Amino acid sequence: MITATQQLESYLENFSEFEKLAAGHALPWLRNLRQDAFARFCEVGFPTTHDEDWRFTNVSAIAQTAFRLTCNRPVRLSQQELDPYRVPGVNCQLVFVNGNFARELSLLGKLPDGVKVSNLGGEISSNPEAIEPHLGRYLDIRRDAFCALNTAFGEDGAYVHIPRGTLVEEPIYLLFVSTANDAPSMSHPRNLIVAEEDSQATIVEDYVSLDGGAVFCNTVTELVAGDHTVLSHYMIEREHEEAFNISTLRIQQGRSANVVSHSVLLGGALVRNNVHPVLAGEGGECLINGLFIGNGHQHLDNYMLVEHASPRCGSRQFYNGILDGHAHGVFHGRIIVHKDAQKTDAKQTNRNLLLSDDAQIDTKPQLEIYADDVKCTHGATIGQIEGDALFYLRSRGIDEVSARKLLLFAFASECLDRMKQGPVRRHVEELINRCLFQMANSAPGASTGIRRDDTGRNWEEIG
Amino acid sequence: MSLLEIKNLHVKVDNHEILKGIDLKVNAGEVHSIMGPNGSGKSTLAQVLARRETYAVSAGEVSYNGRDLLAMKPEEAACEGIFMAFQYPVEIPGISNAYFLRSALNAIRKYRGLDEIDAIDFLPLFREKLKLLDMDEKLMNRSVNEGFSGGEKKRNEILQMAVLEPKLSILDETDSGLDIDALRIVAQGVDAMRNPERAIIVVTHYQRLLNYIVPDFVHVLLDGRIVRSGGPELALELEEKGYGSMEAEARHATPA
Repeated sequence: MITATQQLESYLENFSEFEKLAAGHALPWLRNLRQDAFARFCEVGFPTTHDEDWRFTNVSAIAQTAFRLTCNRPVRLSQQELDPYRVPGVNCQLVFVNGNFARELSLLGKLPDGVKVSNLGGEISSNPEAIEPHLGRYLDIRRDAFCALNTAFGEDGAYVHIPRGTLVEEPIYLLFVSTANDAPSMSHPRNLIVAEEDSQATIVEDYVSLDGGAVFCNTVTELVAGDHTVLSHYMIEREHEEAFNISTLRIQQGRSANVVSHSVLLGGALVRNNVHPVLAGEGGECLINGLFIGNGHQHLDNYMLVEHASPRCGSRQFYNGILDGHAHGVFHGRIIVHKDAQKTDAKQTNRNLLLSDDAQIDTKPQLEIYADDVKCTHGATIGQIEGDALFYLRSRGIDEVSARKLLLFAFASECLDRMKQGPVRRHVEELINRCLFQMANSAPGASTGIRRDDTGRNWEEIG
Repeated sequence: MSLLEIKNLHVKVDNHEILKGIDLKVNAGEVHSIMGPNGSGKSTLAQVLARRETYAVSAGEVSYNGRDLLAMKPEEAACEGIFMAFQYPVEIPGISNAYFLRSALNAIRKYRGLDEIDAIDFLPLFREKLKLLDMDEKLMNRSVNEGFSGGEKKRNEILQMAVLEPKLSILDETDSGLDIDALRIVAQGVDAMRNPERAIIVVTHYQRLLNYIVPDFVHVLLDGRIVRSGGPELALELEEKGYGSMEAEARHATPA
């Protein structure tokens, strides 16, 4: 454990070393961006639970660990080591090991002409004029210390550019692998995805770890959805049970852009997933779909900030959580409707299943409406596996573990059903299946989570 | 040996005694009807036989096919051939009716050492039973009972019974809330399953269903006890006189 001063010194040491050698260190705009962000981080430090946005999530375990950057010590992995994590049927796979692009492990597949899929570090060096107009332009480093830290330390990640009118059918799959190190290590992957007008694509971020140990992955993705684009983004977190993962997806939506964000949180010790779309153009649509499944002492925090900044935009948030053991889940759904965003239609639903007495969920809607002609609804439910449903299945011959699994899977399928058919959905389904099978099997006596009467509170509000 | 033999069964719910000593023998090939007013313990008896664990058996024994039924889990009882049609079929969002039924059938087949049936082989069997109950095939791709009307739910129960082919079926107020057409279809579905190897217990409040499924025996359950047993004519007598007279009779007969 370290003190706040030691903590700052540790980051300062890391930063001065990093800044000298980082990709693009000679570019004044990038140097300024990093320095400003680092200054911001030093000023505010890590958030505490006194901060409203972090009320339910204590990050002192991250703050009090002296993480080191891993970018100077590249780790070599073999194809075989990665095989179990690959997604079958996907030809375009970029691999990042501890945040650094691993070209030898990546597959580029065949993409339509003009589509650029590469690493940000490389682009900063070879093509900075394409990066400068976008990098750091959408993310607000003042939002939290993690965004500031990522901007200060960000140098590599994925860069995707889809030209106007281009349809990319093949998913663009990004695999982020963390490996064990002697000392606690951190990485700050930074992704920039720019989809020009009238283009379509699917981007997948998948976070895995090869072995245990203290790792802290703090990632930021800026997704620029031009006018009339149709984009899907997946965030899959399945790191080991000691990993810290903080991620921010900042979506900038143009006119009539249709963006879908799927988050599937299955792994990690402390996970915070921020999804922050800004509906900046008229008639935009945004669907934020999420599933989080926690067990043991996992802490899974889903923070949504949906900003309606233009008229006639629609946003939908659907999050389902399944929590067992001592797991703690958070759903924080904040919707801001700006003054000019008339005819906004925003909806938010969070449903949770608690399978043990010690599992916990904090669910918090937060609506800030400054326009007067809008429709905003929100609701949340908390319950257990229904004893009646379980008995019904068992009374037809289905054994208890299978019956529990069926019910859990049915609950999870609500989220799965919002994903398009294809290799990514099959991959997610397989991961969820494995996760729920373990959960159904390991249920203590498989009875503690089931109560005859549903004592969970259920509430629905319309505002 | 009787298929089902209940001896002196006492059952408590929340420390309150619901069944106060039930004795009943059911042989293969027989149809028994258990009639009684609300709160007499009919549904409790049905649920105990289906092995709902929330009911505590405080005394008595139940043997089924020569085995101790009370030692079985619900899934084990089902695999051994017991089926209860629920009074209130449960809605299960997210699981399709077809998938549910096939899973149930395969669980039972597996228990009996038979091969599992895949979706393709399952279809013809399924269609035949759907026809028997005059059910729309579209209901099969919908979630189990979700958004089904009352009549559709009850028919769905009998459909499950027809697919799973139990040895002992317990129909728990399957007639309640059904209009006469639906009642006829449900009753025909049940009647089609009568054979010398199977037994059926029809739990009901009213006599109407028994016009279609004519029982071999009728038992009147009052306040947790079987107070009278007889042939099908007993159901008619009940219809005529109501439970009131029998209640009075029972009070009279029971020593204070």
